[in-house]
Amino acid sequence: MLKQMEGSRAVAEAVALCRPEVICAYPISPQTHIVEALGEMVKDGSLAPCEFINVESEFAAMSVAVGASAAGARSYTATASQGLLYMAEAVFNASGLGLPIVMTVANRAIGAPINIWNDHSDALAMRDAGWIQLFAENNQEALDLHIQAFRLGEELSLPVMVCMDGFILTHAFERVDMPTQAQVDAYLPCYEPRQVLDPGEPVSIGAMVGPEAFMEVRYLAHARQMEALKLIPAYAAEFKAVFGRDSGGLCHSYRTEDAETIVVAMGSVLGTIKDVIDEMREAGHKIGVLGITLFRPFPVEGVRAGLLGAKRVVVLEKSMAVGLGGILSTNVRMALSGLHMHGYTVIAGLGGRAITRKSLLGLFLKAEKDELDHVTFLDLDWVMVNKQLEREKAHRRSGPVAENLLRDVGVVAARNY
Amino acid sequence: MSFQPIKFYQTGTFTVGNRLLPPEQRSVQASGKRFNSINSGHRACQGCGEALGARYAIDAAMEATDGRLVAANATGCLEVFSTPYPETSWQIPWIHSLFGNAAAVATGIAAALKVKGQAQTRVVAQGGDGGTTDIGFGCLSGMFERNDDVLYICYDNGGYMNTGVQRSSATPPAARTATTPAVGAAPGNVFGQGKFVPAIALAHDIPYVATATVADLRDLEAKVRRAMEIRGARYIHILVPCPLGWGTQSNETIKMARLAKETGIFPVFEAEHGEIKAVLPIRHQLPVEEYLKPQKRYAHLFGKQPQVEVIARLQALADRNIKRYGLLGQG
Repeated sequence: MLKQMEGSRAVAEAVALCRPEVICAYPISPQTHIVEALGEMVKDGSLAPCEFINVESEFAAMSVAVGASAAGARSYTATASQGLLYMAEAVFNASGLGLPIVMTVANRAIGAPINIWNDHSDALAMRDAGWIQLFAENNQEALDLHIQAFRLGEELSLPVMVCMDGFILTHAFERVDMPTQAQVDAYLPCYEPRQVLDPGEPVSIGAMVGPEAFMEVRYLAHARQMEALKLIPAYAAEFKAVFGRDSGGLCHSYRTEDAETIVVAMGSVLGTIKDVIDEMREAGHKIGVLGITLFRPFPVEGVRAGLLGAKRVVVLEKSMAVGLGGILSTNVRMALSGLHMHGYTVIAGLGGRAITRKSLLGLFLKAEKDELDHVTFLDLDWVMVNKQLEREKAHRRSGPVAENLLRDVGVVAARNY
Repeated sequence: MSFQPIKFYQTGTFTVGNRLLPPEQRSVQASGKRFNSINSGHRACQGCGEALGARYAIDAAMEATDGRLVAANATGCLEVFSTPYPETSWQIPWIHSLFGNAAAVATGIAAALKVKGQAQTRVVAQGGDGGTTDIGFGCLSGMFERNDDVLYICYDNGGYMNTGVQRSSATPPAARTATTPAVGAAPGNVFGQGKFVPAIALAHDIPYVATATVADLRDLEAKVRRAMEIRGARYIHILVPCPLGWGTQSNETIKMARLAKETGIFPVFEAEHGEIKAVLPIRHQLPVEEYLKPQKRYAHLFGKQPQVEVIARLQALADRNIKRYGLLGQG
């Protein structure tokens, strides 16, 4: 059924259709609307049977989900940014124990300086935590990916993180096609755990493992992730059969036929990129984009196939590997090993910095002429940066960087960032 | 063999043979049908108070729930000595997740059981004093204030024994640990620090809080049994001497626990909804020296120049407990 609604509401309704049994919630922007909506559904009885638990921290949220999942309940939580880092120990633990928890990450920057706006630093900091990581391009996809996430995670006994851009998606009102309960029930079978805490058949979960078997346990986690590369396309096809639309999958090419320049990106920025590419294609430029939906496991073969014919690749990412350059681009480079092509890393949109069509157009035109630096920071204010560098050169006690820059900028709200 | 009532004389201690008691008062451990929830063959040290306490507590909980029990365990000695790969001592469904989240994991298990209509299966969380009073304290307090249906058992041996005897917030003043060494002007752990989590549990107004020691195992069993009759958040804090960390002989564990109770160092009580309902009174009050002297962690107090002032401060702490909890039966 077509509805106009906020992204968070759409995700909450989709999660409810998946019949979660335990939901734990701790507030952090920008995911709060999702758990607020779910909490209301549990409280008014429309989502039942389900336990909604207001916990005291994100660390507890994931720990409660670990316990609930190990006892055989379908478990869900949502977080972002500092919250994801605060629960990090339990994030690794959930995947290590093989518990198919589904978690929404409303992607947000990580401090300091504290910043509530969107980038991908949070989820990508957890890229090696053993979770399957899916990135939604729009609210319809965010909704659909949650339904697929429960199916995928429970089949593989692995937790799944569905990432959606904070505010840009979570707080945007868009038209979505909300499935019916019957459709979701037809697609998503009941959760049959591989291991469960049951007095009838007692097991010890989470025993200590030394050097004699630890490598094997870790290898099996890797092997299970790699299985997702086969399962995800199959589940996406099945999803299309039940729900009548394409959603999910590994990665998606857009106008890459005969493209000499291919942009690679994840999340909501793909929409803006596609608009710019349409514009450039009309002007005769041979440019396309490869959107990555699945970040972990990384679809190495799919990405390689998608980029094979290009002369150059521009990876535009809302994250940064400090001291190296890009995170996504490092992963893309792995997919391109042995191939000779120009590769550019573009760090963009950190902490909610708007990525405009104008900036992208300028960037892509420069890339086509191979005039880009290998690591480029899109729309970086060099005046501000240089002023601070001079200040640091002049005074040992130059003061806190963030405060200095804010003073230089003046009234932030008046500026169009 | 049928039960025959036998008259007996008390000897001035609680050492009453099981066969002299009516069946309902007999120790769970005295039964041939005991659950052996923690089976033999684990790797605990000889004389481990925690292994003893856990065995009695969990078997009593198993009896009270007719074998329908799930346990969540914090990282620590109990976890490490009971589950060395590929073996496990646990005969019950058991999960270890992390050091600081046993209470939250237990909350999740209880929620799952409730939603699945299996609320007759009960949940126990357990950890040492480090996993309870320090790193797990946030999750513990959260579980308490939500009144989640979990019995949390803390096995308090006064330090991080698993990592080599470091100070925790349950380490008593003056005690020597690897991070409060017996050197300098004020050797051992600092006075005026630390916390007594049973009192903090009381402040949460949860349905049931109790303390116990491994010197009074029947009392421990009775408290676990009582706790399992109640729904909601429950807390039992058990003093479990550690021969390694305390520097005592492995055959002195029960004696040390008894001395802690008889000196007033460790108050043994039972409370419901924030109000103390009963204490286990001191039977033969002893000065704290009796408790301190056998322990190497206090050896620096009894050298050539006994630290009379420090011992007096420890006596004052015991006296305060005696007064605060009415341990001489003066109520």
